[in-house]
Amino acid sequence: MSDSSAGAALAAKHLPPAAGAGKPYDFSRKYWVFAVPATVIILAVIVFPWVFTVFMSVQDWKIGGGTEFVGLENFRTLAQDQRFRDSLWITLWFTVLAVVAPIVLGTFAALVFHREFPFRGILRTVFVMPMMATPVAVSLVWKMMFHPQLGVLNYLLSLVGIPPSAWVFSPDTVIPTLVMVEVWHWTPLVMLIVLGGLAGLPKEPYESAVIDGANEWHMFRFITLPLLWPYIMIALVIRTIDALKVFDIIFVISEGGPGTASETLNIFLYLQAFQFYKIGYASAVVVIFFFIIVMLSLLLLYVRQKSKWNA
Amino acid sequence: MSDYHRTPLSRRALLKAGAGVSALGVLGAPAIVSRANAQSKFDWKRYAGEKIDVMMVKNPRADLLQQAEKEFFDLTGITVSSEQIPEQQQRQKAMIEFSSGRPTFDVTFLALHVQKRLSYKGKWTEDLRPYINNPEMTSPDFDLADFGAAGMNFATQADGAINTLPQFVDFWMLYYNKDIFQKKGVEYPKSMDEIVTAAAKLNDPANGINGFVSRGLKNANIPVWTSWLLGQGLETIDPKTGKLNTDGAEAIWAAELYRKLNKDYAPPGTIGFNWNECQTSFMQGRAAMWLDGIGFATPLEDPTKSKIVGKVGYGITPPGPKAHHSAIFADGIGIAQASKKKGAAWYYIQWACNKANQLAMLKAGAGSPARMSPFSNPEGTKSAMFPKDYFECMSGSGKIGRPGLPQIIPVTEFRDIFGVALTNTLSGADVASELKKATEAFKPVLEKSEQG
Repeated sequence: MSDSSAGAALAAKHLPPAAGAGKPYDFSRKYWVFAVPATVIILAVIVFPWVFTVFMSVQDWKIGGGTEFVGLENFRTLAQDQRFRDSLWITLWFTVLAVVAPIVLGTFAALVFHREFPFRGILRTVFVMPMMATPVAVSLVWKMMFHPQLGVLNYLLSLVGIPPSAWVFSPDTVIPTLVMVEVWHWTPLVMLIVLGGLAGLPKEPYESAVIDGANEWHMFRFITLPLLWPYIMIALVIRTIDALKVFDIIFVISEGGPGTASETLNIFLYLQAFQFYKIGYASAVVVIFFFIIVMLSLLLLYVRQKSKWNA
Repeated sequence: MSDYHRTPLSRRALLKAGAGVSALGVLGAPAIVSRANAQSKFDWKRYAGEKIDVMMVKNPRADLLQQAEKEFFDLTGITVSSEQIPEQQQRQKAMIEFSSGRPTFDVTFLALHVQKRLSYKGKWTEDLRPYINNPEMTSPDFDLADFGAAGMNFATQADGAINTLPQFVDFWMLYYNKDIFQKKGVEYPKSMDEIVTAAAKLNDPANGINGFVSRGLKNANIPVWTSWLLGQGLETIDPKTGKLNTDGAEAIWAAELYRKLNKDYAPPGTIGFNWNECQTSFMQGRAAMWLDGIGFATPLEDPTKSKIVGKVGYGITPPGPKAHHSAIFADGIGIAQASKKKGAAWYYIQWACNKANQLAMLKAGAGSPARMSPFSNPEGTKSAMFPKDYFECMSGSGKIGRPGLPQIIPVTEFRDIFGVALTNTLSGADVASELKKATEAFKPVLEKSEQG
């Protein structure tokens, strides 16, 4: 027996076992009571609403009227509803833009603010401020700035000789404009996540790279970016879920218009549920929406697992 | 109104009464007064000590009523707990609470242009006729005849039931900038066609002025179209037959007019304009005409917000080729059928819609009252803020008012489906085919709403 194995045997004999080590789980009923509060809360706020939504999605129920079991009819109608299909594409298009742009800009901002320069603290605080603003309040301010005749943005464009834009008042420009507000609002969040990652990076790889003659770009491309990837993935997951769910900014600024040009799935859902009171139909939208979010989240979590340093 | 109030006084009866009073002399007078009070049977203090809950829509009219609640308490001894909720949320709350069968309020304000049929079919509110006709429940000075035809038509259901008492009527009219009209030498249009010619003359985009502005945003844009359609003597859905008038020649004419004005003479981006964007353009002197509700007038005369104070003209919507109407919208107040304090609730409604409160609404510029007496009261039309034509526009529009939205249950779906169609026409889509498509899409929704 080696010294180490002798030591381990001695420790096993005299020291108390590590928590849970080698001890079977105790499922005796005396412990069940401790699980009751958590179980009740999970059942009440997660399981019940979800089961009830699924139940409603197979009913024809309009508030103020009776309910009737219709099976998968709501889903069949949805599949043929051109407006629903359009809203799906608008949601995906908005999500792609509202995720990629803040990730790129937020990462770049983090790299800038990671360096030492005068007034860095003040500027970083200013940069983070949009994130703290209430979405509805900032949306109202943006909406005023977008006014094609009297908004300050067109005035600023005119100062540099650029023709005015219709911003959210044109079907062609409404989505990029809404994404612009989303980018302004949420790029700081990405910056903070990536900045946290940068602060924790090891210095040794850079020292080795300098000795090997690597330039700044090489160090970023082959050291910083791979090491930051897990943090960027966290930002990506958060941003994707947020962008898919966005409602307040679009509702306040464009109300899904002009026409249906910015009618995302959430706006479509709101109309069905709270304007037309078609609860059964709206629940079917929720079920599909939930499925999309779960699939996308699983995909992103899988990619995140793959991108861990030790993977 | 009850027979008690309608009993006419003949000349002979008056003479007899006069002779009787003379004969009784001074000593007999107190006895007669006492008897007369007993006959009136109405007692404001009948429900003293009760407490009622009132659900209001957030607006200046609700502010006025809330400020005067102490006056109601002093008069009746009834305590009022009122809550103002933003319009959209208030409608959702009403829908959900009435559907639950247990609303948390005794009195509610309803948007009759949206909720009239819905509230009737859902049996949300009490028929007020038994209360109005009961002299024990209704103050002798209530005067139902004082309510204008526009508001009363809105509040009265097809079978004659009065489920709400009209409180506020909004008229669609044409705001115009007198200054711009004068500079360009243009007269106020005398017809809907003349609005187009006037807009063409007034349109001056090079100097940042547009000839016309109105709502382009889907849903919000419907009253613009229906205002033009009323000029053809048609409502979008025939109130008697229920027939859709939404894709015929008249509807196409109205939609073409909507498109021409909003596309050729309106500011860029009107496709996404709601009333507030239109108001901003007009208020800053950047639009010569603006078609919308008169309820949006107050900021135009506020020097801290408007550049055109004193220059605003208030014109009745000009006549169309076949008819002359103003699109109207109205709010009413009703008693929840499930309320256990219906008596106290009716007292509140009587008070909220009495002559004094309706006059206060007009004086404060908080909107157009449903009663007519405020307009004939010099105190009501003597305003430091508004010119004479503001009041003339209101009373004139009231005489030619017709509902600006169809009186059906799925009003919101109607506004959404046709709103999108109208918006599409601004993006270049063909008017006739858009209206036909929207009509086809809406037909089953309407049919289903009437079946359920």
